[in-house]
Amino acid sequence: MNPITGDNIPAITPTFRFQWEKAQNCFVVLYPEGMVKLSHSAGEIMKRCDGATSVDGIITDLHKEFPDTDLDVEVYKFLEVAREQGWIRTK
Amino acid sequence: MNKAGSEQSKLPQPLWLLAELTYACPLQCPYCSNPLDFAKYKKELATDDWIRVMREAREMGATQLGFSGGEPLVRTDLEELIAEARQLGFYTNLITSGVGMDEKRIKAFKDAGLDHIQVSFQASSEELNNFIAGTDAFQHKLEMARLVKKYGYPMVLCFVLHRRNEDQIRDILELAITLEADYVELATTQYYGWAYHNREQLIPTREQLLHAEQVAKEYQEKMKGKMRIFYVIPDYFENRPKRCMDGWGHVFLTITPDGTALPCHAARQLPGLEFPNVKNHNIEWIWNDSPDFNKFRGLDWMKEPCRSCPEKEKDLGGCRCQAYMLTGDARNADPVCDKSPHHHELVATIDRVGKLAGTPEFEAKPILFRNPKNSKKITSDKETLPA
Ligand code: SF4
Ligand code: SF4
Repeated sequence: MNPITGDNIPAITPTFRFQWEKAQNCFVVLYPEGMVKLSHSAGEIMKRCDGATSVDGIITDLHKEFPDTDLDVEVYKFLEVAREQGWIRTK
Repeated sequence: MNKAGSEQSKLPQPLWLLAELTYACPLQCPYCSNPLDFAKYKKELATDDWIRVMREAREMGATQLGFSGGEPLVRTDLEELIAEARQLGFYTNLITSGVGMDEKRIKAFKDAGLDHIQVSFQASSEELNNFIAGTDAFQHKLEMARLVKKYGYPMVLCFVLHRRNEDQIRDILELAITLEADYVELATTQYYGWAYHNREQLIPTREQLLHAEQVAKEYQEKMKGKMRIFYVIPDYFENRPKRCMDGWGHVFLTITPDGTALPCHAARQLPGLEFPNVKNHNIEWIWNDSPDFNKFRGLDWMKEPCRSCPEKEKDLGGCRCQAYMLTGDARNADPVCDKSPHHHELVATIDRVGKLAGTPEFEAKPILFRNPKNSKKITSDKETLPA
């Protein structure tokens, strides 16, 4: 598969569920009989994978909320992992 | 930006709620994990009881919810329970044989918010499947698996492996590919309940296992990224026990059809434990405070050789039910461990089965199928035995 680029549009795969878990105090990804707890940054990225916003758009948006963080590399790294795990699809 | 350190101090949460809705089942699998005496539990929890249980467990942090049984499809309120569970925020899993399902119900479950369906098969061939299931279910299962995919569910296909179907492993995996399974669980028979009773007829040989492992690995490689294949070597053939249920009262909460709360679905057989019922107590008390859920929590209950063992944090001494069944004391080390003084008995059983497997006389011993008639018979036989 090609590496993810700025104009790719990531969306959460319908066979996975992404939600906030109060009891865990974090975002989680749910799938048959399993759960992955996401770190704060991963949760913030996943939250923005709405099937309409491009990777560039996600980064711009994150910069607005976390102005002091250098996050571009982290976003790409996480999205690659998420796609490999099947949590997201890109178009 | 991480949350390290936030985990240790908290009490464990019942992340996994297994709702055994009923012991009724149209199938008769001889390895069924339901208790041998299931026929004596006739009273099932009502819809409202289940809804309360789900709500209370969710408040305690439960996220995964499995509807199982018996055959959960037997419950006519399943659609309602799914809708309620989904609304509470559970990830809902339906663990079914597929018997009792049709397109209308699959669609209704989808509308109710069901997340995933696991369909169990007994074998890859119609003949063996129907023999093990004790009913002609194979064609219907195939059709149901196709519909599960058609409605966009992630699909897990589950095959319980034992001596009779272990050699079909390649066909099993090919069948899973044909049916476009997302996950395949090559579950090894766990020798509790009916499986324990039928142990001699089910234990595979070492050669079978070696072969199965090779084929499973081959397909794991081949299907990477397309289909996930879970294969675990049966613990009977290992030298260290499994970390059973990830610890007693640590992650899993099972509620049986009559409302008994268990730390694992096999625990009902342990002597000296009463196990609380959801009709008399709420989930918070059951999980946090009931004596039975605390009985084997942590490491303090251990006897030697576990007590002074450097590996005790890792496997927690293995499975309490297995320790009880094979040694008579649930506090002993699981005899799968080669430090257990009972380990050699287990090895001897496996060797003996390995020698006798395939000989006509040994294979002619009948399998006891799981059905209400056999359940009643076996229970009354036990009760009339001299003490
Ligand atoms: S293991 Fe077989 S008999 Fe037991 S509940 Fe499941 S389908 Fe029914
Ligand atoms: S002695 Fe007990 S704790 Fe040590 S490895 Fe064996 S089962 Fe585990």
